Amino acid sequence: MLAFWHRYKRNRSAVFGLVVIVLVVLMAATADFLYPFDPFRLAGKPLSAPGTNGFLLGSDSLGRDVAAGIVHGAKTSLLIGLIATLVAVFIGILFGALSGYYGGQLDNMLMRITEIFQTIPSFIFAILLVAILKPSIYSVVIAISVVSWPGVARLVRGEFLSLKSREFVQACHTLGMSDLRIMLREILPNCLSPIIVIGSLMVATAILIESGLSFLGLGDPNIMSWGFQIGAGRTMLRSAWWVCTFPGVAILITVLAINLVGEGLNDALNPRLRERN
Amino acid sequence: MTRSSKIFRFVLKRLLQGIPIILAIVIINFFLLNMADGDAVDVLAGEAGSATPEYMAELRAKFGLDQPLPVQLFVYLKNVVVLDLGYSFRHDMPVSELIVDRFWPTALLMVSTILLAVGFGILLGLLAAMRLNTWKDAVITVFALITYATPLFWVGLMMIVVFSLNLGWFPTSGMENVAAFYEGWDRVKDIAVHLVLPTITLSLFYLALYTRMMRASMLEQYGQDYVITARAKGLTERRITFVHVLRNALLPVVTMAGVQVGALIGGSVIVESVFAWPGLGMLAFESLFARDLNLLLGIFLLSSVLVIVVNLIVDIIYSLLDPRIEVS
Repeated sequence: MLAFWHRYKRNRSAVFGLVVIVLVVLMAATADFLYPFDPFRLAGKPLSAPGTNGFLLGSDSLGRDVAAGIVHGAKTSLLIGLIATLVAVFIGILFGALSGYYGGQLDNMLMRITEIFQTIPSFIFAILLVAILKPSIYSVVIAISVVSWPGVARLVRGEFLSLKSREFVQACHTLGMSDLRIMLREILPNCLSPIIVIGSLMVATAILIESGLSFLGLGDPNIMSWGFQIGAGRTMLRSAWWVCTFPGVAILITVLAINLVGEGLNDALNPRLRERN
Repeated sequence: MTRSSKIFRFVLKRLLQGIPIILAIVIINFFLLNMADGDAVDVLAGEAGSATPEYMAELRAKFGLDQPLPVQLFVYLKNVVVLDLGYSFRHDMPVSELIVDRFWPTALLMVSTILLAVGFGILLGLLAAMRLNTWKDAVITVFALITYATPLFWVGLMMIVVFSLNLGWFPTSGMENVAAFYEGWDRVKDIAVHLVLPTITLSLFYLALYTRMMRASMLEQYGQDYVITARAKGLTERRITFVHVLRNALLPVVTMAGVQVGALIGGSVIVESVFAWPGLGMLAFESLFARDLNLLLGIFLLSSVLVIVVNLIVDIIYSLLDPRIEVS
């Protein structure tokens, strides 16, 4: 663990990313403390510029506090990003592991399905899923994970394919271990590092997809999110630029930080894959 | 077998491979349509304001909605084959006609985006690889990192704030100034001016992507043996870069351009709804609010088919560009 940290620390920008993420997480965790009121409530004079009428980052056309929205929206973005990624990684591991380990017809079939999901234009598919399932935090999570698992499946399949013929796996067969145990306890732990790297980058993508969906009005109507704030402020662009600007900066900083951490993890966990983009 | 007949067989084979994927997408479409609350008759009844249960049952029978699911699926498949994608009650037009109407603005936006992104991406990547580890390289890398992390719709809105509202250089929305009744070249110029901001917005992400890929691809090629041979022959660095390395480095960038088409279509939904560009993306956005599922599914199907077709074309171009790749 310490050796890992030493390797990670060498990448300055990755450390910077980590610091930013910790700050965003702290902001999300203390949201109810910083802004104890509902971010949807009318907090003062509508369309106040930043720094006036007691608004740090201004207010929107309904008098909602932009700063409160950003702080509460951080919770939404992080939670959806994390949960959607976990679900996608789970599906991806399931498909990839079965495919890579058993091969043959099963592999053929599962990879065909993966290919179909990779061909489908993912953002439009996500829009369609949310529209049909009705916008809610669950449908958003489902939509994001349904469009993001194929990459993981391919990665895991490749790892399983190369690991299954290794000697330690053959030894496990000789010892009479069950397939399930070999897959979960022996092979999977050996391909965790690329999964962690791809997963961390997927959180960033998931946050971007979520913001796009809620910008289009497909977010959960009862939950504050950065994309929703930008979507609500776009008609006021001429008179109140701040309503759209600051939530966008929040997305940019968070996603950038997660990407930096992802690259840092990649360098630290897979030193040989350093050149990979 | 001659090369051209080989390519023909390759195209045929890839076309055949595409069919099951399209079929699967159509079936997914059908089940999504069935998962939605309410069917076409509910929508119609809602439009009419009131309808008796008997009338609704009669309508369902007319549309075949009272049949068992497999039969409905079969009918749906049959309709898709003859390009009948259903009826948009909101626009009072068949979905296929609507889609064809709105296809050209999107195609225009996408072609200009691809040209801009691939063109500048190659240029910037080349520059970064030639000036490796200088400030230019660093600037290009940072630009790529930031672009990866920026949501498209936000870039679009910020572009509007800066270039339309503050500087007044470009119009905020739409594809042309309809009220001006421009004709001929004036109209072309008008559309071109409207095209600038949406194109830049949509292309930024891909620009960053192609830049990084081009850079990596150039660096990989510089390490190849043939470069050493060329140096040993006494060729100038300039000649090595532009005649030998560049050509080979371009190949992976071309393939990626095909892979990214699906994402590009998704991006165009966002960009078109930000700039009110009257294409398929805008149509999708409108159909979301009208809950016009037939239309949304039609757009989804068309964009999936588009991805398959573009990938096929890219594969063919790729095999023409690089004779080492066997079209098998």
